[in-house]
Order: sequence, then C-alpha cells, then structure tokens
Amino acid sequence: MTTDLLEVALRLAVVFVAFLTLPLLVGQLEHKVLAHMQARVGPMYAGGFHGWAQLIADGVKFPQKEEIVPAAADRTVFRLAPAVALIPYFVAMVVVPVGPGLVGQDIGAGVFFVLAVMGVGVIGTLMAGWASANKYSALGAVRQVSQLMAYELPFVLAAASVVMAAGSLGFTDIVNAWQPWWLVWQLPAGVVFFVAGLAELNRPPFDMPVADAEIIFGPYTEYTGLRFALFLLAEYAGIVLLCFLTAVLFLGGWNGPFGDSWLWTFAKAGVLAFLVIWLRVSYPRLRADQLQKLAWQLLIPVALAQLLLTGVVTVAW
Amino acid sequence: MDEGYLGGYAVVGAAVGLGVVFVATGLLANRLLRPVVSTPEKYTTYECGIDPVGEGWAQTHIRYYVFAYLYVIFAVDAVYLYPWATVFDGSGYGVTTLVEMIVFIGFLATGIGYAWRRGVLKWM
Repeated sequence: MTTDLLEVALRLAVVFVAFLTLPLLVGQLEHKVLAHMQARVGPMYAGGFHGWAQLIADGVKFPQKEEIVPAAADRTVFRLAPAVALIPYFVAMVVVPVGPGLVGQDIGAGVFFVLAVMGVGVIGTLMAGWASANKYSALGAVRQVSQLMAYELPFVLAAASVVMAAGSLGFTDIVNAWQPWWLVWQLPAGVVFFVAGLAELNRPPFDMPVADAEIIFGPYTEYTGLRFALFLLAEYAGIVLLCFLTAVLFLGGWNGPFGDSWLWTFAKAGVLAFLVIWLRVSYPRLRADQLQKLAWQLLIPVALAQLLLTGVVTVAW
Repeated sequence: MDEGYLGGYAVVGAAVGLGVVFVATGLLANRLLRPVVSTPEKYTTYECGIDPVGEGWAQTHIRYYVFAYLYVIFAVDAVYLYPWATVFDGSGYGVTTLVEMIVFIGFLATGIGYAWRRGVLKWM
C-alpha cells in the first residue's frame, strides 16, 4: 500500500514537472521559430545562450507584479477564473500516456475523459470575460464560446473515429491497436481533430476571441501579474496536450521504426508543436463567418464521412 | 491504486487537488512578493472612448441560436456514439449494428443538410 501510494505520488510529480516545463519549452520554441520566420532573432539576452532562460525570467517576474482587480469587476469570479482555465489541462495530462506504461494514471475511458475535461477550460475564459465588466472582455468571451460550440463537434467526432477503429476508449489500447496504414485510413479524422483542437485553444488562425487588433486581448484584457501568467500557461499547456493527443490517437504514439519508445511520442508531439507555431506565422485570422463555415460546412461533414468509412472498413475487415 | 475501475479516478481527484494547491501557492507567493501602490486610475476599466452611462441592457437580434440547437443535437449524438464505438465490431454485433448507427447518423446528416439548404448556416 505504501509503495503504491509512493508510486502514485511519483507519477503525479513527474506529470506535474512536465506540465510546468513542456509549455515553457513550446513557448521558447515559439519565440525563436516565430522570430526566425520573420527574419528576426528573438530574445537573445536572458541566460546568455540565445536567450534560453527568457521564459524562466518571465516566470520569476510575474509573481512580483502588482495585482489589479478593476473596481467594476465581479471580484470572486474574476479571481477564480485563471484556476478554472488552467487546472483542467493538468488533469487531462495526467491520463494521457507517452510511452508503454508511462502514464500518470491509466483510466478506462481515457479519451472520453480528456475530451470532457478539456471542455471545462472554456468556462474559465467565459468567467474571465464576463466578470471583467469590460466590453472587450465580454466580446472575447462570447466569441470564445461560439467558437467552442462550432469546433467541439468535429473534435469529438474525429476522436470517435479512432475509438471505433481500435474498439476501445483507452489510450494504451488505441496505441497498441494502431497500424501504420491507419495514417492513411484515419488521415481525415486526424486533420479534423488537429484543426478543431487549434480552434478550441484560440491559436492563430483561430484567434478571433483574443484578436489583439480588435479587442485588446479579449477575455484576458483586465488581467495582470500572476493571474495573467496562469492564463498564458493554460494556453501553452493546451498546445502541449493537443500535440500529445494527436500523436497518441492518430500518429501511433510510441510505435515507430527501431523499436517502441516514449522518444517517438515526444518526437511526434514536437513536430506537431512546430506545426502549430508555423501555422501562426503563415495564416491570417479567420473572420466569424469563415470560422462557422469551416466548422459546419467542412469539418463536420468530413468527420461524419470518416465515421462512415471507419465503420464500414472495421466491420468488413 | 488498483482498487478496480474507480480506483484510477481517485488519482485523478488527487491531480485536481495538486492543481488547486499549485495555483493557491502561486497566488500566495504573489501576495507576499507584490507591491501594492494603489491609485484610483488603476482600477478603472480598460476601455477607450466615452464612459458608458445608463443601463447596459439592450435588445439585440439573436442569430446564433440555430448553431446552439445544432450543437446540442450533435453533442447528444456523440454521447451515444462513444459506447457504441467500443462494441460494434465485437462478437454478436456487426453489420446490423453498423447499419443502425449509419441510419442514426444519416438522420443527423440530413438535418444539417436541411439547415444548410435553408441558409441558416450562413453567418449574417
């Protein structure tokens, strides 16, 4: 019993460290990749070597900043919102495996649980936007919710396709059932899942809820100091989670040439994280009507067609 | 922690607790480290233009409700889809089970096709 508890504590501690470091790695990668794609060099000072410690310096800075809650704001909701936005991503990370046996906690209905928990994060954004009593924040929150409603469906339907193919809701079962030809068979679902996931996370080109040129920073406009930093951490933790989910569900997780290893999962997720940043540099922001059109008239029909294809192939095989 | 199916969720609960402790510790550190230099201007709402006066309530044309309806319909569909997806290829199931779900999804697809034809998916 004691060793059991110790093991659980160790697993949670490892996931927690990953939860704090991987988003920083993605953030630093974003600083540098973004800069080089725009013919700049990005941060160069902190830490000496190519500004590697920039985000650590930011992490030290944020807790020392003054906290401002606007007089008009709903104080309790305003102050709770960052926790509601951040904690679901940590909880979801606990159940996503990265290698054989390498998981915080394997639960039976893993896929279903993660999809449900990821949806909670948006409540934090809605709380922030509404409680700020600021028109930019309220607009951003409403945009965020309408975007979630459109993109949650293709997200869930695409994940259902791979669940059908593997016949299980468990991540480990899905990775074990995965075959290389699934890369082709499940390709439409994989693309739909990744794109819809980007939209859920407000990543460009789906960043209308935080569009800086129109509504300052959407729901986060009024936030300062550590609470603001927690929202940023939530965004980057979301990217990490999305990349690992896509790698595990659609790219075979730790399956790879030269033997199965957690390194494959990390390599696949790393390439996807690079893609997320690349898309930010490459595409202009979508308008409200374009967002809805993409979700309802392209992604959802594609996801439904993929469900049909998956069902027919699975039964016929 | 192998006390059956629900044992795993005890760990998930512990993870929620750990998340809460992390945020609380951070905010406590923030409280100890931060300066408080209070001026009235800081607490005004960050907006531009003329300060709003009067009531915030106004009537507006709700255009989004159709999307919300569609969302609810499909979300219910997805909930049914998941338990079905894990068994439809098992022994005792098969083509009949698949056809039943195709009919179910077919109804929904017809619904979205109808909405599309009627032009409600067009943003105004």
